[in-house]
Amino acid sequence: MSVDQTAPRSAPRTVKARRTVMQNVWRTLRKAPLSAWFGMIVIAIYIFVAFFAPWIAPYGESEVVSQQPFEVWSWAHWLGTDQLGRDMFTRLLFGARNTLGIALATTLLAFAIGGGLGIIASIFRGWVDQLLSRAVDTLMAIPQLIFALILLSIFGSSVKNLIIIIAVLDSTRVFRLARSVAMNVVVMDYVEAAKLRGEGLVWILFKEVLPNIMPTMVAEFGLRFCFVFLTISSLSFLGLGIQPPTADWGSMVRENATLITYGDFTPLMPAGAIALLTVAVNFVVDWFLHKTSGLRDEK
Amino acid sequence: MHPLLRTVLQRLGLGLITLFVVSLIIFSAIEFLPGDFAKAILGQAATPETVEAFQKEIGLDKPPVERYLNWIGGILQGDFGSSFSSRVGFRRTVLDIIAPRLWNTLFLAGITALVAVPLALGLGLMAALYRNSFFDRAINAATLTTISFPEFFVAYILMLFLAVQLRWFPSLSNVSADMPFFERLERSALPVLTLTLVIVAHMMRMTRAAIIGLLASPYIEMARLKGVSPGQVILRHALPNAWAPIANVVAFNLAYLVVGAVVVEVVFVYPGIGQAMVDAVRSRDIPVVQACALIFAVTYILLNLLADIISIATNPRLLHPR
Repeated sequence: MSVDQTAPRSAPRTVKARRTVMQNVWRTLRKAPLSAWFGMIVIAIYIFVAFFAPWIAPYGESEVVSQQPFEVWSWAHWLGTDQLGRDMFTRLLFGARNTLGIALATTLLAFAIGGGLGIIASIFRGWVDQLLSRAVDTLMAIPQLIFALILLSIFGSSVKNLIIIIAVLDSTRVFRLARSVAMNVVVMDYVEAAKLRGEGLVWILFKEVLPNIMPTMVAEFGLRFCFVFLTISSLSFLGLGIQPPTADWGSMVRENATLITYGDFTPLMPAGAIALLTVAVNFVVDWFLHKTSGLRDEK
Repeated sequence: MHPLLRTVLQRLGLGLITLFVVSLIIFSAIEFLPGDFAKAILGQAATPETVEAFQKEIGLDKPPVERYLNWIGGILQGDFGSSFSSRVGFRRTVLDIIAPRLWNTLFLAGITALVAVPLALGLGLMAALYRNSFFDRAINAATLTTISFPEFFVAYILMLFLAVQLRWFPSLSNVSADMPFFERLERSALPVLTLTLVIVAHMMRMTRAAIIGLLASPYIEMARLKGVSPGQVILRHALPNAWAPIANVVAFNLAYLVVGAVVVEVVFVYPGIGQAMVDAVRSRDIPVVQACALIFAVTYILLNLLADIISIATNPRLLHPR
């Protein structure tokens, strides 16, 4: 029962103020389409699994539980065992934790670098903007996966290198978007007013520009996350990303791929897990874009 | 000078500068190698003498500018240097490793482009024409799903169903140079199909978006109000102005094809340049990595350049200056 019906005929302005944050969130969610609900539920499940993997999983992450590699599905091993006799189901659960964690860290880093520099470029304009934009153009002239491969061949693959390399490469796209959106904001009178009353760069960045470009950036965060997630999985699949014995969906597909030639689809489960998550995030982002701006789904 | 020519020349100049900078970046990869790199390549048994000889062999005793000029000069003459896997008395040139594979990858990419480009443009036009119909929604959902899938997932699904269960195509694409054309085509059917699915999804969505963006403009509204049929509106009125965005879409996706080929080649064990690069990265064979990266980057830049020039050249405002 919404508040406004039970409220006495007082000033209508107070009606909205009486809704709590939770009520507002609920009102928005109730109107969400089915696809967005599906997406949110899937994401929630993934997050739950990622947090509680050690408690849900029946075995240890890289514990060899069977002498027999490639065991078939059974009650003891729900999805059988992998090429070293480790429990597939367990590794799938732990994979959520590792793959998601690394992708999330990378995306956050990319947004910190790209978003920060993008807004700074739009505030300063002039040579700062020129310098940063030309540097980004050059970086984007090389395909991202190829660039990542060069850098990995120099620095070697470790989780730290992987996060830094992909984040830096991906920050170019964040930079472009942040810069173009922020350009429209920094010309506003309130930014001018803040500058005139002597606010520093940090204030203008975080208190004037950032809140106004937030909706666009949040939607972009979802899309970038998908992209980073797919890139890292592809690299792991190529054997150049997350290294064993860490359970990771990309490398799990690669390690067990021989099973596919025997008509067994178990190795496709981790790949399916990747696909399901990207579809879910896309659904939620789609809905979010429709809500926050009149933007269509076309990119 | 004709404004069209000037714009095209400007764009070409910019492209050349980009190529130069990119070659610098790729070359400087070797500068950032950690100090103990020679040991990692030569193995634990390496004596200081062999390490020094190795560093001399790859030219680390010369100044970087001279090495860059040597490197790029060699490449312009078709010499990509020698691989780190060469040993004393047995020189393995980078060209020997990548030349046959480059031809294989070009074959794969060429066939895919031949299938995918007309298909995607046709589907995109249809979806724009019957916007919000069942056909549009269905194809939209299908392409969105394909885009969200990692390439190797699509590849393995196709392999599982078409190669293992139905046995229509061979599951591995080990082509060789002396294979007759049709056998080669059959062997590469699955990689072509995978790449086609992935890039058709991208291309079709972008074509649809480009056409729909145009359909909102006033002159299209005018044509409709005059009573021109929907098909005519798209073909006669919208399409001529859509060539520029479509050229961009096609170039972007062909460039994407180059990169997508890396993963797909590994899945189907197709002896292409992408797989060569992945192997080289794994064994840290930097000259091969550099050569492959340069080829990929140059293709990518040239395709984007071509798209830019097409969109400049088809721009009516530049074609007919006042």
